[in-house]
Amino acid sequence: MKHLNLAIAAGFTFAALSVSAASAADISGAGSTFIYPVFAKWADTYKTNTGVGLNYQSIGSGGGIKQVEAKTVTFGATDKPLSDADLDKNGLVQFPMVMGGIVPIYNVEGIKPGELVLDGPTLSGIFLGTITKWDDPAIKALNPSVKLPSAAIVVVHRSDGSGTTFNFTDYLGKNSKDWADKVGSDTAVEWPVGIGAKGSEGVANTVKQTAGSIGYDEYAYAAQNSLSYADMKNSAGKVVAPSLDTFTSAAANADWANAKNFHVIITNQPGDNTWPIAASTWVLIHKAPDDAAATGEALKFFDWAYKNGKDQAKALDYVAIPDAVVALIEKSWSEIQASGKPVFATQ
Amino acid sequence: MTVSIDMPATADLVAEQKARRSIVEDRIFFGLSLGSAVFVVVMLLGVMVSLIIGAWPALSKFGVAFVWTERWSPVREIFGALTPIYGTIVTSLIAMVIGIPVSFGIAIFLTEICPPILRRPIGIAIELLAGIPSIIYGLWGFFFLAPFLQTTVQPFLINTLGNIPVIGLLFGGPAYGIGLFTAGIVLAIMVLPFITSITRDVFQTAPPLLRESAYGIGMTTWEVVRHIVIPYSRVGLIGGIMLGLGRALGETMAVTFVIGNSHNISASLLAPATTISASIANEFTEATGDIYTSSLIALGLILFVITFAVLAFAKWLLMRTNIK
Repeated sequence: MKHLNLAIAAGFTFAALSVSAASAADISGAGSTFIYPVFAKWADTYKTNTGVGLNYQSIGSGGGIKQVEAKTVTFGATDKPLSDADLDKNGLVQFPMVMGGIVPIYNVEGIKPGELVLDGPTLSGIFLGTITKWDDPAIKALNPSVKLPSAAIVVVHRSDGSGTTFNFTDYLGKNSKDWADKVGSDTAVEWPVGIGAKGSEGVANTVKQTAGSIGYDEYAYAAQNSLSYADMKNSAGKVVAPSLDTFTSAAANADWANAKNFHVIITNQPGDNTWPIAASTWVLIHKAPDDAAATGEALKFFDWAYKNGKDQAKALDYVAIPDAVVALIEKSWSEIQASGKPVFATQ
Repeated sequence: MTVSIDMPATADLVAEQKARRSIVEDRIFFGLSLGSAVFVVVMLLGVMVSLIIGAWPALSKFGVAFVWTERWSPVREIFGALTPIYGTIVTSLIAMVIGIPVSFGIAIFLTEICPPILRRPIGIAIELLAGIPSIIYGLWGFFFLAPFLQTTVQPFLINTLGNIPVIGLLFGGPAYGIGLFTAGIVLAIMVLPFITSITRDVFQTAPPLLRESAYGIGMTTWEVVRHIVIPYSRVGLIGGIMLGLGRALGETMAVTFVIGNSHNISASLLAPATTISASIANEFTEATGDIYTSSLIALGLILFVITFAVLAFAKWLLMRTNIK
């Protein structure tokens, strides 16, 4: 009996130890592929500094929303902000983490990387299927000096639900009434033409493999994989190249302070130097978490990332959230409470 | 002497014990095998019931029209299964059109023409083909076959067959590389080993006496195959084809790579499309909203029904052939 008791006690202690070890060691999250490169970078440094790791599944925004609603992860990340009603229904709060750019990527024989210029209406026409050849007059007008081949355009889009798709289709809708009426904008839409590929990698690989193709991907992803991307004519009529600079200009227009639940979409923003297809990623987290310790660890990580992760974000061409907005966000964290007390104590 | 008298008695006892034990063993064996059989039936029904429950929200919203609705719009939550059903059937048909003649050719070569020394290596090579994981076929199709078809075979088809009236519609441009045609070819290669190994086995069941006699009276190899071997093994051939078709209908990973995942029906075989299993694999993890998820489960239910119908049809054909 004595032995048995001892064994049980030992077992319990062991279980307790392993549970606390697990919650201290790993913050769990899932969602957006857009933010994954920068999360991976931050998590690496954060782990060396604090010993707390991040287990982030880059499965797409749709999956992230589902998993955080089901409480299988501590936080979710999405490139499409949830509506106020959806947030209330699931007891979630959302706040922006980073901003960045989405670029059209292409693989056309005879058009060198960075040579192609497109604008909103033309890009909408291509993805609607009304512009079907690379030497279409609309593309010619934007690229008078480029020798465009008379090849068919192969459109490549995401086949899975994706926040990148949401921001990209939102941009197309703002530039084409046809697109807004017929297709709309969401994480997954009814594509009129083209090939669907799964994930950012899928789109990148399909574009690489298919002659005459055009797709869209996160800039960080396109840059790291040395894909050819197009320059865009923005709403001010200026041609801009994707860069940290032009993304920052787009982000500067976002009025976070006056948006309820930080619901701001930053596509097609004004400004001469603004990249037109910019996007943000939001973190979703429960207001009344079951595991207050885990949520506390996650918030500590976000706080660290806002304050110490700016350079790493910049190095990957993401735009960090400005300090003034960070103050607003951290103030909003007082809503996240366990047994009547805020989980995150503002320093 | 006493020993010899005792012997039968002991033997009887042993035999009786043995008999009793075998009765118990037999009961246990009976119970276990009945259990296994019941388990399979319960599993089958369980899968079907859970599919129906999962699909119910979509089926009650869209009704039977779900089956022939072409639209698949996650934004407006309007879902129809026609496009994936079309893609599933067309890719499987292409696979069969290419796969059956080639499999028969291989099987005839192996059983009738092949020198005995080559028979084993070729047979083993074909069996190894069956052992390649489907994702490898997908990668190969995506990285090698699709670009190859896009730059060579498809432009040729578009410029030749594409100009013929009516048939030309099936080979309309542009060449995407990825699409129904490529998926059909990958599937054809994947079903080859299944059809070939069964065809070869049933070809071998044709009695050597008949075969030798046929050759003896001066029939050519083709005539022997056509008039002796094939009629003799018809039942097995249909079985092999149906097994291949079953595999083609449900194949997921390889098809997802090369089908193009596009919810549009186009007349051209070269256009991107989607299949039931590819749609589920692509969209399930990130389907937002109950109707979306439920529609994907309803697709699964339809695939279940189609596969069931194919197998039932095969059984019916086999029964008819047996009676003949």
